[in-house]
Amino acid sequence: MKKNNNKLLGVVATVVMAIVSLIALFPIISIVLSSFIPSGSLMRNGISFSFPWDELTLSNYTYIFTQSAEYWTWYGNSLWISALMIVLSLFFSSMVGYALAMYDFKGSNIFFVAVVFILMVPFEILMLPLFRLMMDMMLIDTYLGVILPGIVAPVAVFFFRQYALGLPKELMDAARIDGSTEYGIFFKIMLPLMGPSLAAMAILQGLGSWNNFLWPLLVLRSNDMFTLPLGLATLLTPYGNNYDVLIAGSVMTIIPIVILFIFFQRYFISGLTVGGVKG
Amino acid sequence: MNTVTPVSPVRTRKKQNKFLRFLNSKKVVPFVFISPFVLSLLLFTVYPAIQGVIMSFQSVLPGQVEFIGMSNYERVLNPTFYRAVSNTTAYVVFTVIILTIIPMVLAVILNSKHVRFRTLFRASLFIPALTSTIVGGMIFRFMFSEQQGAVANQLIGVFGFDPLKWMFTPWAAIGLMVLLACWRWIGVNILYFLAALQNVPDEMYEAAEIDGATRLQRFRFITMPMLKPIIIFVSTITIINGFRMFEESYVFWAVGSPGNIGLSIAAYIYQQGIQQNDMGFGAALGVVLMLIIFVISIIYLIATGTFKKGDR
Repeated sequence: MKKNNNKLLGVVATVVMAIVSLIALFPIISIVLSSFIPSGSLMRNGISFSFPWDELTLSNYTYIFTQSAEYWTWYGNSLWISALMIVLSLFFSSMVGYALAMYDFKGSNIFFVAVVFILMVPFEILMLPLFRLMMDMMLIDTYLGVILPGIVAPVAVFFFRQYALGLPKELMDAARIDGSTEYGIFFKIMLPLMGPSLAAMAILQGLGSWNNFLWPLLVLRSNDMFTLPLGLATLLTPYGNNYDVLIAGSVMTIIPIVILFIFFQRYFISGLTVGGVKG
Repeated sequence: MNTVTPVSPVRTRKKQNKFLRFLNSKKVVPFVFISPFVLSLLLFTVYPAIQGVIMSFQSVLPGQVEFIGMSNYERVLNPTFYRAVSNTTAYVVFTVIILTIIPMVLAVILNSKHVRFRTLFRASLFIPALTSTIVGGMIFRFMFSEQQGAVANQLIGVFGFDPLKWMFTPWAAIGLMVLLACWRWIGVNILYFLAALQNVPDEMYEAAEIDGATRLQRFRFITMPMLKPIIIFVSTITIINGFRMFEESYVFWAVGSPGNIGLSIAAYIYQQGIQQNDMGFGAALGVVLMLIIFVISIIYLIATGTFKKGDR
């Protein structure tokens, strides 16, 4: 009796979860489908339950691949900025996290507390002074201007510190006896051991900068410097004249990420849940 | 080490050795490791934060900066600001309720061994978190477009309502932003709750079952109390992010929603500071926003007892 009860409840819960999952996926599925119908049709009806299956066409994609150089410029910009962001922020943050975990140095506790407090300063108060600073440094409308303020990644520092705390300190002593320098120990021995945490943070930083909007919106001025979210936002007009690029272009920003997610789910999850920091 | 005078090679090597040994001493190494981070923290966080406070007492025009006392703050209390605050507060209230309760319930279901395809469901609910607010918002604009054939209007049509201009109806404007944020964040919050649920020992449920506790009682008296820390964490994060909301507003109306029905505090800062070039006033708005967020963070720290236990 009890067993049957559990089984029934399990089936009901499975059905509920299936419905909830479908609702969550609905917007993505529908935009992927809509990228295969003429943009005029989407403009007229919005995303509709009565999908015009007879209008299926590849025209949005042929257009974006042949006519829209602008879109690929944005794509390139986004790729460059994300890549630079990942490399630089991982490099600096892993050093700090490692140092905090492995060395007892004067002021490390104060440093830690200071970082916690600084974390609480919202970006919105930094935004205007940072913008002025970038103007003074002549970094407006440059990749560097977008990337530099983001290299400080306290979340990543915490994550690396936590991970490094679990690494064997004996390895360091052994390497010292073998005559390795402290820097050699870090780069040749400990950093490779931190691989999984590097992967998780690479994804967090990469996704964050791939989707970042507010700061690039301030720094980037000219159309050919825009990142994908900025560029796509300029196409989001009520007139619908660029919807072919907008829809197919949006789909092509999501799909690579979803594919990466399917293969590296574990890293995505540990990265994105590290501090609940909005990506 | 630029020396113009020629030195004997032996001496240079000795000097270099000494310098290298200094660099490699355990006292210095950690400082070398953290120095780039400290530098960028000072330049890109500490300096702008201080500068932001100073700017809020200034009138900032190109080549012409002067102190004007409190007058930026006096201007803060205006109808548009009230509108931005009330919009943002409504957004925060709805997102925090939805993004705490629904992920908790879904996580409890996903944690049950009787449910099948759990990994698949977890992944599906997480996928919206991979989209940017801009792309997600664009999809929502098509689902909630004013056309009769759009998904949202088809749905309310089933219940006999007339098509609605979602983006231009005040209550729906808040609803759209809330819905977009919830859609993107539910999967992430579920993961927090799932992680916390792993820490609830099975024996507690077994003991309660033997004592004859019903499913609901077990949820109320075991699961909820065990989840309390993560509930506080998730709700605080949601509140703080909610007060900082910008993109959800921007994607629907850029910065000019009719009657400011979608204006958030952060969007108001952007509008005044960047678009109107009134940086002093924008900075004052930023300081007010920071105070709001500080108060909430401190309440969070008190609620979790961080101050009592001491750090780390």
